[in-house]
Amino acid sequence: MHSDRAPLTLKIAAAAGLLFMHLPILLIFAYAFTTEDQSFQWPPPGLTLKWFAVTWNRPDVWAALGLSLKVAAISTAMALVLGTFCAAAVSRSRFFGRETVSLMVILPIALPGVVTGIALRSAFSIAEIPFSTWTIVLGHATFCVVVVYNNAVARFRRTSGSLIEASMDLGANSFQTLRHVILPNIATALLVGGMLAFALSFDEVIVTTFTAGQQQTLPIWMLEELVRPRERPVTNVVAMIVVLVTLLPILGAYYLTRGTDQVAGQGK
Amino acid sequence: MSAVTFNDVSRHFGAIKAVDAVSLDIAEGEFFAMLGPSGSGKTTCLRLIAGFERPTAGDIRIFAQPVQDLPPYKRNVNTVFQDYALFPHLNVRDNVAYALMIAGQGRRERYRAAQEALEMVQLAGYDLRKPSELSGGQRQRVALARALVNKPRVLLLDEPLGALDLKLREQMQEELKSLQRQLGITFVFVTHDQGEALSMADRVAVFDHGKIIQTGTPEDIYFRPEVPFVADFVGSSNVLPAALVAQLAGESRPASIRPERLILGAEGRIRARVTGLSFLGLATRVSLDAQGTRLTALLPQDAPRPAPGDEVGVGWNADDLHLMTAGAGA
Amino acid sequence: MTQVQPAHFTSAGGIGTRLSDILWRHPRLLIALLLLPPALWLGVIYLGSLFALLAQSFFSIDHFTGLVKYEFTLSTYAQLIRPSNFDIILRTVVMAFCVSLTSAVISFPIAYFAARYARGAWRAVFYLGIMMPLWSSYLVKIYAWKLILAKEGILTWALQKLHLEWVLDAFLALPVIGGNSLSVSTAGTFIVFVYVWLPFMILPIQAALERVPPSMLEASGDLGATPAQTFRHVLLPLALPGVVAGSIFTFSLTLGDYIIPQIIGTSRLFIGQAVYQHQGIAGNIPLAAAFAMVPIAIMGLYLWAAKRMGAFDAL
Repeated sequence: MHSDRAPLTLKIAAAAGLLFMHLPILLIFAYAFTTEDQSFQWPPPGLTLKWFAVTWNRPDVWAALGLSLKVAAISTAMALVLGTFCAAAVSRSRFFGRETVSLMVILPIALPGVVTGIALRSAFSIAEIPFSTWTIVLGHATFCVVVVYNNAVARFRRTSGSLIEASMDLGANSFQTLRHVILPNIATALLVGGMLAFALSFDEVIVTTFTAGQQQTLPIWMLEELVRPRERPVTNVVAMIVVLVTLLPILGAYYLTRGTDQVAGQGK
Repeated sequence: MSAVTFNDVSRHFGAIKAVDAVSLDIAEGEFFAMLGPSGSGKTTCLRLIAGFERPTAGDIRIFAQPVQDLPPYKRNVNTVFQDYALFPHLNVRDNVAYALMIAGQGRRERYRAAQEALEMVQLAGYDLRKPSELSGGQRQRVALARALVNKPRVLLLDEPLGALDLKLREQMQEELKSLQRQLGITFVFVTHDQGEALSMADRVAVFDHGKIIQTGTPEDIYFRPEVPFVADFVGSSNVLPAALVAQLAGESRPASIRPERLILGAEGRIRARVTGLSFLGLATRVSLDAQGTRLTALLPQDAPRPAPGDEVGVGWNADDLHLMTAGAGA
Repeated sequence: MTQVQPAHFTSAGGIGTRLSDILWRHPRLLIALLLLPPALWLGVIYLGSLFALLAQSFFSIDHFTGLVKYEFTLSTYAQLIRPSNFDIILRTVVMAFCVSLTSAVISFPIAYFAARYARGAWRAVFYLGIMMPLWSSYLVKIYAWKLILAKEGILTWALQKLHLEWVLDAFLALPVIGGNSLSVSTAGTFIVFVYVWLPFMILPIQAALERVPPSMLEASGDLGATPAQTFRHVLLPLALPGVVAGSIFTFSLTLGDYIIPQIIGTSRLFIGQAVYQHQGIAGNIPLAAAFAMVPIAIMGLYLWAAKRMGAFDAL
């Protein structure tokens, strides 16, 4: 009979799997403090905090960080609007297929990023659109829609459709219903979707290499350091900060979806 | 004065005729039940009155005013939803006061009205709870208070007791009935439970396939079903096929007779074989086979009981056989 | 409660109410208005770009002028099946297959433990334990492996401590998958692919396993199956849609990635790199477009097959 105690081999395999997933990330933290600045020598010959100061004084890192935050904020805002609209339309319609809309929003993330990237880039060149923050945003918002949509659609499904009817029955018009019933009920789902979209955009590199031109987002800055390492210690510090920054929205999303059956990362 | 009038109202969804040329007339102050199996169109009729659906054809009037072009928020009609539809983000008091908040009433005024409404449904003191902290019966009362706080002229109830357990349901039936008498508001009540409809309503409309097939008092519906479907749905009435009735009464129409009105004995109008017995406490149910027609009889506790396999005579008083209008038996 | 109200409220209301009236009278108008912006964005801009790309794959490049000739031709597709290009496709598909299979094997115990045994606090640990690597920066994860696999890195160091460096040397001496160090070998590329896509495999398997009621496993045991038989005949078939769903991600992501093999691996190209280089360095958009169609075509076939297996229910 199966008891509720896991077999030992299963425990070991699961624990080993989780360690495999986490140790490499933890390693980043150790390297941020190494005194070695030419190679990836392990163990670190000594520990220091000086690279944090060096990184702090690097205008290129700040510029890249600024652009990444700006792009992520605008893309998230757009994805919130588009994703919520899609989810609302699907939930309101008796005739319109959920599958068609789902396919449409999932396509940018289901197709390899390199396809999305080159398609957008060649479209920009055909339409003679110069590269700008907006070309990056265009790409990012396209694949961020899906995380907002997934969260919003799940919430709409759990929110009984009769709430809207009840509100109108009690004298509220569509806009009053939106303000007093719909928005309060989907707010946390939108917050979660927005945070995930932000994290997704903040970290994106593949599509961005095609839509950024000469601009540097933080991931692009890192990619160039990876391909042609110039200053390893600064890269180490930036890598650690990036890990910390992306984890915040994930922990926040987890905190907000605790106790529901939603999986915050679905559809990444 | 008529509270609600339907004139040949239809609501079609593509090829599906959810409501098909229905006409009805609900009087002011009446407790009106719409009874039927699921998918029979009764809920769609209710939603047409509330304004959640628009008719594809026909004319709906509420207190003589046409309402086809009036959205729900402009109709003085309120609904108690099947799933109660309480706003999960608002506490009980704000749920009940919602309509007044939308209407622009001040906080004190609307909280006092909410207080009164909650007292009326015996939920005083629950103001600050969230709907998720209430039991099913309490939610039901909140939904009722919320629908009544705006003083509607017609209250619509969509299977409001469906989610409650048996005991609570019987208690709520009593309360709804007395509330309706006390307020004098027209109640339109949708249910698939014939017992509920018969015990509460002044008049019942039986729905099937988007049409009303009989409207009448509970006694009419119970004792004088006009078509086999009603006889069958409203209670396990015996339906005698037209051919059998032709031999017995000389008219080729199906007829119905209540199980408790069948008399078993050595003599009778027809002969039947006993196929089964079940003890129900106050009575014994006897299943019979009369040359292919299945019948059910209810015998009082003290009557002599036949044994399975026995041949018996089945009789009844001529008055108890009710001839129906429609074609062959259901 | 005795005050008689009118049958309807005549308050005409402001502009909000008047707009609401219109929307109530035309329920499809609301849906159309809601769908219009996303349809313009995704349907016109995004799908439009994809079709423009598809169209370009049927043009060719003039090798003397370096300009695109706008005439229909299948010559770019003919170039794809030349040995040098076909090798790239084959290498990528084999890699995607190996990565998917290995991810599934590593994922299964984690997903099974999380779905079946993790309760209370452990549930949160597993949830975050899978989510955090999923959402950690993609580049940082690659970078971490560059640190690990480097010749002077932690892996070599650990093997030296265990006096096992001969194992690594023997492994690196193998043809095809070996190399100078792990960070410039195909084996290294493979490890990083598995690592980076692993969470995408765990989540759907976990979702599929969570739908298996424990009583079903008990029934199997009750009917005399050993745990191994239960696994083979009950658990595995029920988890398979989850594995297929997960492999959609691992397969698609591996097919389209160009950064991992560029940073960790040999100079032998993968599809993503070929697209990137033809587009960027060579300026041969038609050939790049044709290369980009390969993952789309493979994924199209894959999705069609997965749909027939019912794998989408596990997403």
